[in-house]
Amino acid sequence: MRGIVSAAGYIPRARLDRSAITGFVGSGGGRGTRSVASYDEDTTTMGVEAARIALRSAPADVRPDALWFSTVAPSYLDKTNATTVHAALRLDHDVPAFDMVGAVRSAVGALLTALKSTGTTLVVASDLRTGLPGSGDEANGGDAAAAVIVGEGDPGSKSDSVIAELIGTASATEEFVERWRTPGEARSKQWEERFGETKYLPLGDQAWREALKAAGIEAGDVDSLIVSGLHARAVRSLKARLGVAKEAQADDLTATIGNSGAAQPMVLLTRALETTEPGKVIALVVLADGADVLLFRTTDAVSSWQSARTVDTQVAAGKDVPYGKFLSWRGTLTVEPPRRPEPQRVSSSAAGRHEDWKFGFVGGRSPDNGEPQLPPLPNSTGEVPMADVEGTIATFTVDRIAYSPSPPIVFAVVDFDGGGRLPIELTDATVDELSMGDRVEMTFRRLFTSDGIHNYFWKARPVLRSSNG
Amino acid sequence: MASKGIKDQVAIVGMGCTQFGERFDKGADDLMVDASNEAFADVGHGVDKNTIDAYWLGTAMSGNSGMTLARPLQVEGKPVTHVENFCATGSEALRGAAYAVASGAYDIAMAVGVEKVKDSGYQGAVGAGKVPTDGTDRTLTAAAMYSMIVPAYSKKYGVAESELRDVLSHIAAKNHYNGARNPRAQFRKEVSTETICGAPKMAGSLGVFDCAGVADGAAAAIVVRADDAHKYTDKPLYVKALSLVAGTGAGLSDPEYDYTTFPEVAATADDAYRQAGVTDPRHELAMAEVHDCFTPTEMVLMEDLGFAERGTAWKEVLAGTFDLGGELPVNPDGGLKSFGHPIGASGLRMMFEAWLQLRGEAPPERALGNDRRLALTHNLGGYPGEMVSFVAIVGTEKG
Repeated sequence: MRGIVSAAGYIPRARLDRSAITGFVGSGGGRGTRSVASYDEDTTTMGVEAARIALRSAPADVRPDALWFSTVAPSYLDKTNATTVHAALRLDHDVPAFDMVGAVRSAVGALLTALKSTGTTLVVASDLRTGLPGSGDEANGGDAAAAVIVGEGDPGSKSDSVIAELIGTASATEEFVERWRTPGEARSKQWEERFGETKYLPLGDQAWREALKAAGIEAGDVDSLIVSGLHARAVRSLKARLGVAKEAQADDLTATIGNSGAAQPMVLLTRALETTEPGKVIALVVLADGADVLLFRTTDAVSSWQSARTVDTQVAAGKDVPYGKFLSWRGTLTVEPPRRPEPQRVSSSAAGRHEDWKFGFVGGRSPDNGEPQLPPLPNSTGEVPMADVEGTIATFTVDRIAYSPSPPIVFAVVDFDGGGRLPIELTDATVDELSMGDRVEMTFRRLFTSDGIHNYFWKARPVLRSSNG
Repeated sequence: MASKGIKDQVAIVGMGCTQFGERFDKGADDLMVDASNEAFADVGHGVDKNTIDAYWLGTAMSGNSGMTLARPLQVEGKPVTHVENFCATGSEALRGAAYAVASGAYDIAMAVGVEKVKDSGYQGAVGAGKVPTDGTDRTLTAAAMYSMIVPAYSKKYGVAESELRDVLSHIAAKNHYNGARNPRAQFRKEVSTETICGAPKMAGSLGVFDCAGVADGAAAAIVVRADDAHKYTDKPLYVKALSLVAGTGAGLSDPEYDYTTFPEVAATADDAYRQAGVTDPRHELAMAEVHDCFTPTEMVLMEDLGFAERGTAWKEVLAGTFDLGGELPVNPDGGLKSFGHPIGASGLRMMFEAWLQLRGEAPPERALGNDRRLALTHNLGGYPGEMVSFVAIVGTEKG
C-alpha cells in the first residue's frame, strides 16, 4: 500500500489586507487578506519550514530516501535548490535531492510521480506569488509551501504509518496558452478568462471520470473535494459540476491566505488530512495546463497521526504587513537603505566547511563542561542539533543603523532549553511586542543576497502556539 | 595572570597628537607625519626619524604592513611593525614599542597610531577587515551590542531605566564639557542633557549622543630606557603597567553572562594594578582615560576598573565623582565622545592627555583638581562578551 505518511503546510506570518492595495493604487485589491513571505523568506526557506513540520509530524523512524522540490519561483537556476533544503533537514548524503521547477503543474506532477515511485519520498512544493501593483495576481496570490512524505504501506514496519493511500488517479493534458510568463519576468499574463474555462472544464471532467473509474468509486463517495488552480473561474465552475455535495467541498483558504499556486494543492490536501477521519475519500483536482486528479482513502493510522503544526494554526496566526513594506519586500518599491556598506558575498568554501552549522544549525559540545557550543569550536566534541530546540530571550535590542534588507534589525540573546546561548537576529517580530523571557523557536531564513549568492542561515522568532495550546 | 610587567624600565619622553575630526583635508599619510613630527619636536635634543631605532604602527583599517608608515615618513632601513588589535590598536603599538625597549633590543622606539575613517563615505565606522566568511556571523552594530547593557544593568541592580537615562546623559554631558575645553577635540561644544535625551535613537535606547563620534586622527609616543629618560626631558612619564587580554568570546555563549560587566576589562585592570603596585585606584590615580565608545560602556567601566563598587557606578556618576575636579576625573580630555574614534589612534590620544596632565601642561580649564602622580588609560575593542581590553598606568616618578 503506497500513500501519504505525513504532510505539512507552511504559511508565512505576514498578511496583506487587500483593501490596502485599493487605497494605494486606486484600483485592484479586494476583500480579505493574502499571505506574504517576509523579506527574508523565499521558496527554499518556506519549503524547509514545511518539510520540518512534516518530518516532525511523521513517525520517528521515517527518513526520506529522496527529496523532490518543486516551485515556480526558484531562488537559483542552474544550481539545485533542493540541496539547500536537504542540508537544512540534515538528510543523509546518499539521499538525492532534485528540483522540478518552472510550471505550477510541476508540483502536483512531483506528488503524483512520488506516489507511483518506490521508497520514501519527501515532496516539497513552494511558491511565492507576485504580480504588478493593482493586479489580480498580486491581490489573490499567496505565499506558502507544503511538504508531503510519500511511502510504502507494506511490507514491513511502516505498514501502519500510511495515513492516506492513493486509490485512483488520472490526468488529461492539452497544449494551450492561457497563463504564461517568460523567464525573468516578475508577472504572469493571461488570455481572456473565458478561453481558459472552456479548455479546463472538459479536461477536468475527463480526468475526474477516469480517476473515479480507476478507484472504483462514485462521485458521491467523495468526502472531501479539493479543486486547486490559478484559474479561479474554471476552478469554481468545475467544483460545482463534479457531483460532490457542497458540504464536501473544502474551503480553499483564498479569503485568508490567497492562492499559493504550486503550493496550493498540497497545502489544501494537508489541511484535509489534518481534519479527517479513517476511511474517508479525499479528492484532489488540480487545473494547470491540463487536469490531474488524485483520489485518496484515509487509513486507520490517520486517527493517531497528529500534525506538529496545523495549517489552520498558521492561517490564524497572521500579522498585518503594510502595503509599502510588501512592495519593498518584493523589490517592487526600492526604499532608502541604511547608509552602510552592503554585506560581502558568502564564501562558498567557508560555507561548505560549516554546512552542519550554517544549514543544519548543529552546535558542538564543550569538552570542558559538556554545554552546547554555538557555533561549534575546533575543540568541540560531538554534534548538538539545535534547530528544533526552543529558547528564551535573555535580553534584546533594536539596531536602527545596521544593514538589513528591511531595517531595523531586532536582535536577542537567546538561551536555549537544555543549555547553549546565542545572540541572534529575530524575525517575524517587532521590538515593541517583545519582552525578556519570551519564548522563541528557530526558523531557516535568507539573510541577504550578495553577488547573486543567497546567504541562508537561521533566525529566532516568537514561538507560534495553536489556540488550544 | 602571570605577567611580570616592566614597571619603571621604560619612559615616554615625547608625544604628538593631531587635531581629531573630519579631516577631509588630510590623508592617513599626512596625519602620521604630523603626529610623528610633533613628537620629535616635543622631545627635542635633535631627535628625528633617523634617531629612532624601531617603529610600531597601529592602524586597523588605514593600511597594511610597516610600509604604511615607512613610506610617508621616509624612514630608511628601520624595522617598522604594523599591529592591529581592534580598538586597542593604538595602545598595542605603544605596548610593542615599550616592550622592545625594555628587552634591551633598542634604546629608543616610537609608537604611531593612525586612522583615516572618513574616507569610506559612510557616517559610522565600517568594518576593518573583509575576511571571507560562511555568512553566519553577526551583522549587528557596536551600538546595538552595547545598548543591551542598559536593560541588563537596570534589571540586575533595580535601577529604573529612566534613572539610568540621567546617568548616561551625565556621562555624555561631562565628556562634552571636557572636550569643549580641548582644542584638539572633534566636538568642542558643551551639550545639554536635554539635547542628549532628545537625540534620535540609534540602537536600543541609545541616541546619537550616547555614541562616540567618528573621526580621523593620529598620535605618537617616543619611548626610551628609563635610565636614559632624563637625557631627553625633565618630566618623563614612567611606564608602570601594560596589560592586555584578548577574550575567548565565551561571554556570547555563556548563559551566566549578564551584560553588566566586561570580564576582560576586570582582568586587565587587576593585572595592571598588580604590575604597578596600585591598591586603591580611585584614590591613587590622578585621572583615567577610558574607552567611552558608548555611554553605558563608561558606566560599566567604572566598576570593572575598580573605580566604583559593583552596582554603584550609576550613583557615583550622578554624584559627580568622575567629573573634572571630582574624586577621580575620567576622560578629562573629552574622551571618545569629544574626540571621535580613529581606531588606531585613540589609545595614544588617551596617553597624550596623561602626558599633558601629569606634566602640568594641560590648560587650567581642564585642571584635574588633584596632585596625584599616576594616570590610567584604557582601551577596549569588540563587544560585550567578546572583547580585547588594554590598561596602561604611567607615573611621573619611579618607584
